[in-house]
Amino acid sequence: MQDSNSVGIVTPQFVHIDKPLELKSGSTLSGYHLVYETYGRLNADRSNALLVCHALSGNHHVAGIYADKPKSTGWWDNMVGPGKPIDTDKFFVVGVNNLGGCHGSTGPASLDPSTNHPYGARFPLVTVEDWVETQTQLAEHLGIAQFAAVVGGSLGGMQALQWTLNYPEKVRHAVVIAAAAKLTAQNIAFNDVARQAILTDQDFYGGDYYAYNTVPRRGLRLARMLGHITYLSDHSMATKFGRDLRDGKFSFGYDVEFEIESYLRYQGDKFSDLFDANSYLLMTKALDYFDPAHAYNGDLTAAFKVAKAGFLVLSFTTDWRFSPERSRDIVKALLKNNISVSYAEITSAHGHDSFLMNDAYYHQLVRAYMNNIEV
Amino acid sequence: MVTTTSSSTAAALRPDFAAIASWIKADSKILDLGCGDGALLKYLQQERHIFGYGVDIDDENVLSCLKNGINVIQSDLETGLSGFADDAFDYVILSQTLQAMRHTERIIREMLRVGREGIVSFPNFGYWKNRLQVIRGHMPVSEALPYHWYDTPNIHLCTLGDFENFCQQCDARILERRVMQQDRQIRFLPNLMGKLAFYRFERQNKSPRLEPRD
Repeated sequence: MQDSNSVGIVTPQFVHIDKPLELKSGSTLSGYHLVYETYGRLNADRSNALLVCHALSGNHHVAGIYADKPKSTGWWDNMVGPGKPIDTDKFFVVGVNNLGGCHGSTGPASLDPSTNHPYGARFPLVTVEDWVETQTQLAEHLGIAQFAAVVGGSLGGMQALQWTLNYPEKVRHAVVIAAAAKLTAQNIAFNDVARQAILTDQDFYGGDYYAYNTVPRRGLRLARMLGHITYLSDHSMATKFGRDLRDGKFSFGYDVEFEIESYLRYQGDKFSDLFDANSYLLMTKALDYFDPAHAYNGDLTAAFKVAKAGFLVLSFTTDWRFSPERSRDIVKALLKNNISVSYAEITSAHGHDSFLMNDAYYHQLVRAYMNNIEV
Repeated sequence: MVTTTSSSTAAALRPDFAAIASWIKADSKILDLGCGDGALLKYLQQERHIFGYGVDIDDENVLSCLKNGINVIQSDLETGLSGFADDAFDYVILSQTLQAMRHTERIIREMLRVGREGIVSFPNFGYWKNRLQVIRGHMPVSEALPYHWYDTPNIHLCTLGDFENFCQQCDARILERRVMQQDRQIRFLPNLMGKLAFYRFERQNKSPRLEPRD
């Protein structure tokens, strides 16, 4: 096996899309930057392009490593690379930071050319459909008329779904992992608590904290801690942390005592250093708004009528944030439309985060599906 | 593990595939329950240009289907076919799986809900070699029933006669029966001489959602 192979040193690239983007919200962006990475080679007939869409906190750096940062391995490096399930010897893989993100594509922290100040609160809310529009612009820039596959987990899976609806001719396969055709009330509720943590942070300044040289760090930290709990399973937390105490005994105070507290606070701190709060707010809203059936009176089957791609839908047994039931909703609608679809429910202990894990069976499934995609 | 044999070899190796294929109209839509590695669906694709999906609960089988390029839905047949719409398929096949199922009546009714016709195959417990082993005082162990009583997944074995009575109970009207011994079709004393039984059936009382017959 070549599974340890990496795409090696990668360099992000930029494109400026100098074309107005009319957003679902009604706002218009006159132009925007996208940062992206590519791995592998686009073949002569340009039939082997594969788009990886990222989830809430992901970005364009899917695989490989940056020359100057030894710990900068891409977020899906276990999945994407030469000889890996998404094989860069076969596919020309594109990763892009979504519009509104904070890793190089235009987002709330970017300078608004009309004011020369960060957009902040003036950055419009974007939707999954808007992202698909921007991704088509990137595809055009790269000379890709049709993707062999669009692949994503969680919010990334939603983008893969949306591609098959908005551009059925431009995507041959969609791999939709740990996703949903819409969020449940419970799922939106978690997002709103996360947002409230940010919005009520006194350093938020209505979204214009850049001008005050500060960030709503406590809010973002809390948001991430909450999110993190929902991405893990009860079982995985019990196994990893249990009731372990850092100092072996109670200290009868509010400092870190249990290992799980230590872990969550660490995760929250780390995240609040790296991520922009406005981007986090915007991404959670994109999740909440996603509901392709909405325009069809809630009829997901009707929404999928236009889809032509083949589908691989995967879910994980212990994922309670994007439960297998939500994936089965997608599968049911696809079946009713006589669309080629395969569905697997992967036994995994790691909850929603399973989609990022290096699980042998999960990877074998993706590999098997990818091997049968003709390019 | 994964069968990549050509269809003609598959027919020689699996006469049961050929028997089922002979009942399938070209270009029909098929659901194969307990599809294993997808070999039957692959065979039917090649022979009858069908479009279809397999259903299986087992991880290894689901993976094999993906390797074989067969649409597969991982699901537990015992919980029914709630993921599938009424009248969605021309044929629903249950190939040598019924005898291992707990909820036998439910699955037959579900087959007739989602499909216009059902096709079931099972090892005939009334086959004379099985009877002989029972007369000699032992549970049968054979090529078609390769397990011992203590490790067999086959909890609902039956004879041709048993199944035909059962169909009545499930409101299934039998359209066609084929009884096989290896690759030979058995017409004489089928319940005694036949090793594998195949039935094609439809709903007895066409339910209201179907168009009434005149």
